[in-house]
Amino acid sequence: MLEADAISVRLAGREVLRDVSLTLVPGEFTVIVGPNGAGKTTLLRALVGDLPPSAGGVRFDGTRLDDWHGRDLARRRAVLSQSQHLAFPFTVHEVIALGLRAGNTGAKNAGAGLIAGVLARVDLVGYEARFYQQLSGGEQQRVQLARVLCQLGPPVLDGAANWLYLDEPTASLDIRHQFQILDLARQHVTAGGGGLAILHDLNLAADYADRLIVVSGGRLAADGPPADVLTGALIEDVFGVDASRVLRA
Amino acid sequence: MSLVATLSRAPGDRSGHAVLVAGVLVAVALVTAFLSLAVGPTGFTPLGALRALPGLFSADGAAGRTAEAMIVLDIRLPRTVLGLVVGAALAMSGAVMQGLFRNPLADPGLVGVTAGAGLAAVTVIVLGAGALGAVLGGLAFYALPLAAFAGGLVTTTLLYAIATRQGRTSVATMLLAGIAIAALAGAATGMLIFVSDDQQLRDFTFWTLGSLTGASWEKVWVASAFLVVVVAVLPTLSAGLDALLLGEGEARHLGIPVQLVKRLSVFAVAAAVGASVAVAGPIGFVGIVVPHLLRLVIGPRHAGLLPTSALLGAVLLVGADMVARTIVAPAELPIGIVTAILGAPFFLWLLLRQRSIVDL
Ligand SMILES: Nc1ncnc2c1ncn2[C@@H]1O[C@H](COP(=O)(O)OP(=O)(O)OP(=O)(O)O)[C@@H](O)[C@H]1O
Ligand SMILES: [Mg+2]
Repeated sequence: MLEADAISVRLAGREVLRDVSLTLVPGEFTVIVGPNGAGKTTLLRALVGDLPPSAGGVRFDGTRLDDWHGRDLARRRAVLSQSQHLAFPFTVHEVIALGLRAGNTGAKNAGAGLIAGVLARVDLVGYEARFYQQLSGGEQQRVQLARVLCQLGPPVLDGAANWLYLDEPTASLDIRHQFQILDLARQHVTAGGGGLAILHDLNLAADYADRLIVVSGGRLAADGPPADVLTGALIEDVFGVDASRVLRA
Repeated sequence: MSLVATLSRAPGDRSGHAVLVAGVLVAVALVTAFLSLAVGPTGFTPLGALRALPGLFSADGAAGRTAEAMIVLDIRLPRTVLGLVVGAALAMSGAVMQGLFRNPLADPGLVGVTAGAGLAAVTVIVLGAGALGAVLGGLAFYALPLAAFAGGLVTTTLLYAIATRQGRTSVATMLLAGIAIAALAGAATGMLIFVSDDQQLRDFTFWTLGSLTGASWEKVWVASAFLVVVVAVLPTLSAGLDALLLGEGEARHLGIPVQLVKRLSVFAVAAAVGASVAVAGPIGFVGIVVPHLLRLVIGPRHAGLLPTSALLGAVLLVGADMVARTIVAPAELPIGIVTAILGAPFFLWLLLRQRSIVDL
């Protein structure tokens, strides 16, 4: 369980996130939506402990994030960040192996099989020896996702849920791979894992989320099942566009 | 591990390459070291070197050695071992620094760390030799490497603080700040050398170009002590530096103690640079050429990169020293000239290839 208690975050002297309280539970796929600059990434980074809140605090399974040991936390959750770049010529295998070493699968020997398996899940069979920098943007994003999945392990291990955090995992993916990746996240959560993703496509969000959180101007504008949250009034209010142009019938 | 098993790792996994390359480099290092013992102003005398070597293990110690054996064991051997140690330290300092800054252009020589270490060393010699000698006696010898280490520590920390904002390292800032730091430290070193008397400083070129002349077993022990410290932190460092290449946030999510890894890296760079500067002066370009060549073959993973860098650095420096000793015999070139002639064009080539990264 992930609990945020009245957190605020200041960046460069500006309060980017104001007084946000949230409780996320495993088995419920939560999706954050909101306009550019609303504070979605800031919220996610505060929830995973990248940004220390200026007020309030975050607890993961009842323990303050600061009190978790980094290595234990890495066994219980995996995070895909919004931007990914690599300065040195890694092969796909080597990038994914970074996740393998950190994760709770702990299976160093099963390494090769595990990597081939996870590459199949992101539809990159046979990419092991390719150089990361020579892949397309969408392929790079799927390699990073494979790394994250390798770290994540099973949805539930020894009675505790493992958590998956995704900041715009579909940003540079074609439509088929968008579905494929979100299916993966969905399956993880349905099987009892924890899941939180940031998405821009409101229709995808509505299709996949159990719970939709709308962030606007650093505050929670709405929170609940997609059908309740995505009203015409809210879409016009938060995104400034006519709802009929956005949502499928 | 059999050769077949080593080569038939999973596709894309180059850790087997690293093992093979390390094996080859050990052999090459041994051969190079032997050649270095056999080469001198008197020509190439492999048989003489072979005859002298058993003397190392003789019960009488240094007594009763022939002139030939004395040249090999008392003059060339410490110099060769010093070359191996300094070369390993230089190459590893470059590899660690490039990992820490996430950039293949970060090299202690180019970004002022070596100059900072040199300034500290010269300061101790010029301003402190009299006072230190009176207080410490023989221990004053160790003040020099410790000062060089401290100088390296200060410059590396300063540079990292300047170039990194919110977990991101700016290459342009790093290179430009490094140029400023190097110029400043170089100017200060020059002034100190100018006001010092000749007895305090062995020579000006030593502190500007570096050299292995004056190698002694004391220097070997001092430099080795620092190198042992660096090698001791490598296992902790290598997984951390790998993950850092993805970014600080990602490394933290992978469970890496990022602050510890960064501190250890700065410490390792300073120790390696301090050791090499104190005993050999500033020798450029080994730290940038060696890790880069190896990354092409075995990839950027530090578990393989750091040990193979040490080996190739050792080979390269002993090789360069052989050139420096023989090409203008009986005189001697400062080894820094040789490494610069080899390394500077390589650096330019690298810069051109990486132009998009350093776009200002
Ligand atoms: N490092 C930073 N320093 C100062 N301000 C920042 C920093 N990062 C983000 N901000 C500001 O904080 C606000 C929220 O940014 P955030 O990245 O959370 O937006 P977002 O909702 O994820 O947007 P997007 O949809 O574009 O990813 C923005 O106004 C942004 O300009
Ligand atoms: Mg964002």
